[in-house]
Amino acid sequence: MNMYEWAETIIFFVVLLALVKPLGTFMARVFQGERTFLSPVLVPCENLLYRICGVNRDEEMDWKRYAVGLVLFNLLTGVALFAMLMLQGILPLNPQKFPAFSWHLALNTAISFMTNTNWQNYSGESAASYFTQMFGFAVHNFTSAATGIVVAIALIRGFVRRRTTAIGNFWVDLTRCTLYILLPLSIVFAVFLVSQGVIQNFSAYRTVPLVQPVTYDKPKLDDKGNPIKDAKGNPVTESVTAKEVTIPMGPVASQEAIKELGTNGGGFFNANSAHPYENPTPFSNVAEIFLILLISGALTATFGRMAGNPRQGWALLAVMLAILVFALGVLYWAESSGNPLVAKLGVQGINMEGKETRFGLAGTSLFTVATTGTSCGAVNTMHDSLTPLGGMMPLSLILLSEVVFGGVGTGLYTMLAFVVIAVFVAGLMIGRTPEFLGKKIEVREMWMSIITVLVAGILVLIFSGIAMVVPQAIASMNNPGAHGLSEVLYAFASMSNNNGSAFAGLNGNTVFYNLTGALCMVVGRFAPILASLAMAGSLAEKKYVPPSLGTLPTDKVPFALWLGLVILIVGALTFFPALSLGPIVEQLQMMR
Amino acid sequence: MSKHAPEPISIFDPRIMRPALIESFKKLDPRTLWKNPVMFTVEIASAITLVTFALSLTGANKEPAWFTGLVSAWLWLTVIFANFSEALAEGRGKARAASLRKTRTEVTAKRLKKPEFGAAYEEVSATDLRKDDYILVETHDTIPGDGDVVAGAALVNESAITGESAPVVRESGGDRSAVTGGTTVIANAIIVRITANPGETFLDRMISLIEGAKRRKTPNEIALEVLLIALTLVFLLVCANISPLSIYSVKAAGQGSPVSLTVLVALFVCLAPTTIAALLPAIGIAGMDRLFQKNVIALSGRAIEAAGDVNVLLLDKTGTITLGNREAVEFVPVGGHTDKELAEAALMASLTDETPEGRSIVVLAKNKYGLQADAPPADAETIVFSADTRLSGLNTGGKQYRKGAADSTVAFVKNLGAKDLHIDLETVVDRIARAGATPLVVSCDADILGVVNLKDIIKGGIQERFQQLRSMGIKTVMITGDNPLTAAAIAAEAQVDDFLAQAKPEDKLRLIKENQEQGYMVAMTGDGTNDAPALAQADVAVAMNTGTQPAREAANIIDLDSNPTKLLDIVEVGKQILMTRGNLTTFSISNDIAKYFAIIPAMLLSIYPQLNVLNVMHLATPLSAILSAVIFNAVIIPLLVPLALKGTKFRAMPAEKLLIHNLLLYGAGGIIAPFVGIKAIDLVVGMFV
Repeated sequence: MNMYEWAETIIFFVVLLALVKPLGTFMARVFQGERTFLSPVLVPCENLLYRICGVNRDEEMDWKRYAVGLVLFNLLTGVALFAMLMLQGILPLNPQKFPAFSWHLALNTAISFMTNTNWQNYSGESAASYFTQMFGFAVHNFTSAATGIVVAIALIRGFVRRRTTAIGNFWVDLTRCTLYILLPLSIVFAVFLVSQGVIQNFSAYRTVPLVQPVTYDKPKLDDKGNPIKDAKGNPVTESVTAKEVTIPMGPVASQEAIKELGTNGGGFFNANSAHPYENPTPFSNVAEIFLILLISGALTATFGRMAGNPRQGWALLAVMLAILVFALGVLYWAESSGNPLVAKLGVQGINMEGKETRFGLAGTSLFTVATTGTSCGAVNTMHDSLTPLGGMMPLSLILLSEVVFGGVGTGLYTMLAFVVIAVFVAGLMIGRTPEFLGKKIEVREMWMSIITVLVAGILVLIFSGIAMVVPQAIASMNNPGAHGLSEVLYAFASMSNNNGSAFAGLNGNTVFYNLTGALCMVVGRFAPILASLAMAGSLAEKKYVPPSLGTLPTDKVPFALWLGLVILIVGALTFFPALSLGPIVEQLQMMR
Repeated sequence: MSKHAPEPISIFDPRIMRPALIESFKKLDPRTLWKNPVMFTVEIASAITLVTFALSLTGANKEPAWFTGLVSAWLWLTVIFANFSEALAEGRGKARAASLRKTRTEVTAKRLKKPEFGAAYEEVSATDLRKDDYILVETHDTIPGDGDVVAGAALVNESAITGESAPVVRESGGDRSAVTGGTTVIANAIIVRITANPGETFLDRMISLIEGAKRRKTPNEIALEVLLIALTLVFLLVCANISPLSIYSVKAAGQGSPVSLTVLVALFVCLAPTTIAALLPAIGIAGMDRLFQKNVIALSGRAIEAAGDVNVLLLDKTGTITLGNREAVEFVPVGGHTDKELAEAALMASLTDETPEGRSIVVLAKNKYGLQADAPPADAETIVFSADTRLSGLNTGGKQYRKGAADSTVAFVKNLGAKDLHIDLETVVDRIARAGATPLVVSCDADILGVVNLKDIIKGGIQERFQQLRSMGIKTVMITGDNPLTAAAIAAEAQVDDFLAQAKPEDKLRLIKENQEQGYMVAMTGDGTNDAPALAQADVAVAMNTGTQPAREAANIIDLDSNPTKLLDIVEVGKQILMTRGNLTTFSISNDIAKYFAIIPAMLLSIYPQLNVLNVMHLATPLSAILSAVIFNAVIIPLLVPLALKGTKFRAMPAEKLLIHNLLLYGAGGIIAPFVGIKAIDLVVGMFV
């Protein structure tokens, strides 16, 4: 790393960590119904919304009612998006006259945005109208993010409250989360992104002449679209000169901020944050990475504050940060070491394939680990083009069940499930019935934590296995061999963990991937949510056990180390064989 | 007194080994193995390898028959080893139960028509006795069932139950009225009201508990099993996933062969947490057995585990913290009397007092002042201590010698006409009480001569034990009938954390409830009937075997030695059981890392030779690598059986230190050990392959 990159990385983390406590405290105040500096403006809006919707803001729910509200809300918004996609052709704000999505693509896409995954088997600029983008995708970017956050808050309440069944009011939590946290932050950052050159308009796409016409060889196709081959079997090519280019337009900035802030990741354009209209400058790049990590990081402080033990929040953040920094280091090292096959040809230097020069290796690496450690899935580089070892880092971060900061809310509740498991084993090892934050960990908590932690991994194992023997699924691979296996593994990892980024080499828009993916996304999203809410309900009913000398301190270094080890060991034991047939063997093949 | 705990039966004793071996094959029955889901899946896996072995014998499976055969054999051995460890733990209990059972054979009872001595009785078999029957037990009779003495007193030999050879007195009324079936009266006769039907007696319960027949899984055990089952499921899917991935890879690489079923099954068994799953039942059973060796019967496994979680320990002062009896250590005269005068009066007041305190006064008077204590004068009239006067003493030669608590003695002399009390009396009484001792005021007629300083003698080494408890995060509370001043001084000397003075039974109950309300787990010991409500309320209730029937019924742990400090041992065993489970779980899962490094390169080598880089142990051949991992996975179970039965060593240290210590030992050890073990086995296997 050069001086500039060191400075960028260090300043980035310092600023991020400095904002964890203030934002975390603010969020805690919001969810505890306390006054904040935004209250004078927002309380009237809030009350108006409650009056319209008939919500009693003082009424608390048990976990079942909370869960029913959450599922119904998501079902409703999901069905609405599905309908919107199926009717796109007749809806307004469609200057490019895009037709409706196919039913399976619409299903996959609706579920994808509903579950905060934002897996995109379509290409934004050539399939989605402005209406779809704004009223479909952007709305879901807010609601799905809020859904994740309120589940984490409900779980925190479960740990904190004693002998009650109430874990909060879903509608109030959802409203406050959107009004006080997501909207203000995304407005501020949307304006900043516009200042960096992110576009915001409703214009039709522009066709402009190229400054420098490009001439290239294009394979000649016959009437049926198959490449024509000459006598020797080589493809026949013709020379083509491109003189103009079509530039897509759209209301990008307003969607860009929430895309990162809510760890959604669905790009306005296919190229996502690598596109200059989504992410034009190194500054916008750093700002976007910052947004990706901001809420998930700050939620640890919200947790610490609500639990009355800020150290506990910092301990969780430290574990997340340690894994993130480790992955960042390996990724940077792997990419800067370059591709050994290219090196053999006498070309030294870092692997720049698929990367944007304006971000540099540090800006690219940081974005890559941030977007995969959280369940964001926005990309500013082609993960498919990373070196196998480098590419294994984003893949592994996803496979660790998205706890390295994790998605907004999802990261925290999944991390807390890992904490429960770690506390359980550690508790046994010191000879006590395990307890965390004064709550005894019993059979029910074990079940719920295990579901939260393992569901995604189980889905990946099942469906990546199936894909490897279904011919239609194998046909989607653009690359043969170990790399193709990595692509499929990455696809199911990404969908099951609600990440949404892709190893681009796979054509996902097939009935097989659309449907299996939709299943993975729904189960991978809602099984942990329901398990977390059930755990919140069960914890809230328990009495509090005050700590004593025999209680294991969970806010100090030894437990944090143990927690990190548990996360890594669970991930490694589940995926070591698959990884060794994918990126590991691919790296070894390259080195030979 | 000769005390002997039940003899520790060695697990290598053939009397236990042989039945355990037979039992471990019987337990292969899927209907019983089903109760241990992880081992059940291993059995299915073993059955599958039996099929692949058969297929390789017929040539339908291309793997060499020696390989599939050996894998299958070792997988079956894995299940058998697991069964063996459980059978071994049960075997020890069964051997004990058998010896207990001998004591209750062929007893006849003398059933009385009326609960009176001299009433007519009929001889019936002990099995015909029912609740509320009255029976007569005379010298050399065996008491036929559990009951309460309603008349008489007898010396009873309870060694059959307690291993304690000195006989104990059992008498009607009071806290020593309970008798246990199977014990023998060695002198006198008693009438006993039967309190338990046959099959429900203490002895019966004990036998079934020791045998492990009634053992139910504890909540912690179930929670751990949930984790183990989840891990097993994941590893099952991991292995299922490898198959299609390897099929694809073969096509992609254009060489090699997909991973065979035998190898996948072998990998699954190696990865599944078999070590802990195999030893889990044994750990619980052995824990109960260890307690039994300490002469403690836990009426449920849950009670022992709860003991490991105890935060607050309520201990009776007398007999637990202090030696049962107070001793006179000093005579302090008041009002110008000499200490010799006082000593003489105290001697007279105590001459016929048979209580230990009274005798200690006599001893002090003799030793310190050389007073001659002859037989009491002929006209002596003993005044026995009564709850009304709270005084005791002697009337002789027209003089009334009395000793008692300050207020009652003062009241007594005032009653006799004393006007002014000696002004220094109050200071002396206060000084003694403040020091935690008991001031016993001595009077002769209407004059107070002085105060005897009766001191509680704190048991040796008790401070260290409390220190240990403190470091484990357990708060000790001393319960005493003493006044707060005395209690505070003794509490300070014994270094308990808190005390409850002038405690009545309802105070104990309230104290327990308060602590539980705050989320603490409370343990207490008790023996009297009036302890029963508090015992029933406590999370861990230890009743002394000498205690009354209600106390024993309210408790969930019975201490056969009636030694209240046993609670510390019980806490220790409770913690040991949990620790052993936790440590072996960590060990078992850590092992998987090395197993991956052995099996993954071996099974994928034909497809991607590059993966040999992962063969960090440089195992000889792919087949020997897989076989070595399977063998290691099997033999580690019997190797760890002694640890499971003995429990991991308990150390009184703060939670965090303990965690680090155990993580290094069982976590890091669990990672390293299989690397060494598999390599060693491979060196041997490699010689033949």
